Amino acid sequence: MNVLTITGAQKSFAELGVLKDISLSVDEGEVVSVIGPSGSGKSTLLRCATFLETLDRGEIAYMGKKAAHSGPDGKSVYEKDLSPFRRCFGLVFQQFNLFPHRSVLQNVTDAPVRVQKRPRAEAEEEARKLLGKLGLADKADAYPCQLSGGQQQRASIARALAMKPELLFFDEPTSALDPELTGEVLRVIRRLAEEKMTMVIVTHEMDFARAVSDRVIFMDGGVIVEQGAPDDVLVNPTQERTRQFLKSYQS
Amino acid sequence: MTFQTMVGQLAGGFLTTLAIFVLTLLGSLPLGLAVYFGRRSRLAPLRGLVKVYISVMRGTPLMLQLMVVYYAPNLMFGMRPLSRFAATIVAFVVNYAAYFAEIYRGGIESIPVGQYEAAEVLGYTKGQTFFHVILPQMVKRVLPSVTNEVITLVKDTSLASVIAVVEMFTLASRIAVAPHSPGMVTFAVAAVFYYVFNYVVAFAMERAEKALSYYQ
Repeated sequence: MNVLTITGAQKSFAELGVLKDISLSVDEGEVVSVIGPSGSGKSTLLRCATFLETLDRGEIAYMGKKAAHSGPDGKSVYEKDLSPFRRCFGLVFQQFNLFPHRSVLQNVTDAPVRVQKRPRAEAEEEARKLLGKLGLADKADAYPCQLSGGQQQRASIARALAMKPELLFFDEPTSALDPELTGEVLRVIRRLAEEKMTMVIVTHEMDFARAVSDRVIFMDGGVIVEQGAPDDVLVNPTQERTRQFLKSYQS
Repeated sequence: MTFQTMVGQLAGGFLTTLAIFVLTLLGSLPLGLAVYFGRRSRLAPLRGLVKVYISVMRGTPLMLQLMVVYYAPNLMFGMRPLSRFAATIVAFVVNYAAYFAEIYRGGIESIPVGQYEAAEVLGYTKGQTFFHVILPQMVKRVLPSVTNEVITLVKDTSLASVIAVVEMFTLASRIAVAPHSPGMVTFAVAAVFYYVFNYVVAFAMERAEKALSYYQ
């Protein structure tokens, strides 16, 4: 089953083409990593997929239902109410973006209670289970500012998971972390992969991408240059640009 | 007039001062939020109107505004004037709301865009985002500036004397020049009233800031 399908995505900022005809589909249970140099459009792709930016052209469908389709003039037309589509995905930000005035537990339960109208007791029980799973059982009542970066990122993963999304996006989830803290976040994501969570991960962690992904996409200049199994793209790339990029990472 | 009588009369006037203070805050703190919304409305005419309103409120003396609110409706349109006290409250609320709106704007604009994005992705409505994510963080950020305004307000209440509202300062002026009164000492006592009141206000606001210091 296709969880996400993006077709012919185009996006420009002030005449500058950031996405040039990107198509991408993600199957249930699949883990897709998106790599590429900064400015390649990978974050914009993620922001468009999560409706934080709107496409100029192209279509987006979740679970086979179109959230944006091509209008008669070729421009993307969005559904008036995107909330049913927002229910399909979660997004983990590079900067965590936890709510600083709420405790960890409140961060995790607030949206399920307020947005999904789930009973508070049930939401709290599930949140505590999630926090336990992510190694934050003793941090439920702490505030984000009392946590390390790695703990904050794990809390934000818990917040996203609490909404029970079909698909979880990660936007460079370890880029704001000290090197010694990235491991704990990557381990959590790896465990989710083992549980067959569908994920799209924009990352600079090549070894991680290789270990965790079913498919790796290399983007540059607003296009998908190459994609395939991790070993094919990361070890034996067919494209010169991919090779150059990977070389710059090794040196 | 004995010293005790004078203090007693000032204390009576202080009740009016206190009423102006409390009613102004009750009116202007929420009205400031409404003004802020007008300031960033999608409707350009409303936006323009609010900008002019803020500009006039901040650009002219509150004393003059008091006189306009009290005298102008009658002089210009022959309307029955508001009571002196009601005119004072209207002028103060409208004036302070303009300042509070600008303070709120500063506080809201300083909140990282990531907070809005996190709320949006989680499916919060615009209203939920504002009231549950943005507003609580804004309150913490604006508290020091609001404290400044509130302390200024305590002293500004004395401006009501220009339309002869019998608050503490008006009384002090009358007592000071009355025959057989303690004279200028009256003003010194009034000053002590203002100072002690502001001391209490500053203490309360400090407590409020402490209460919100559980996060950064």
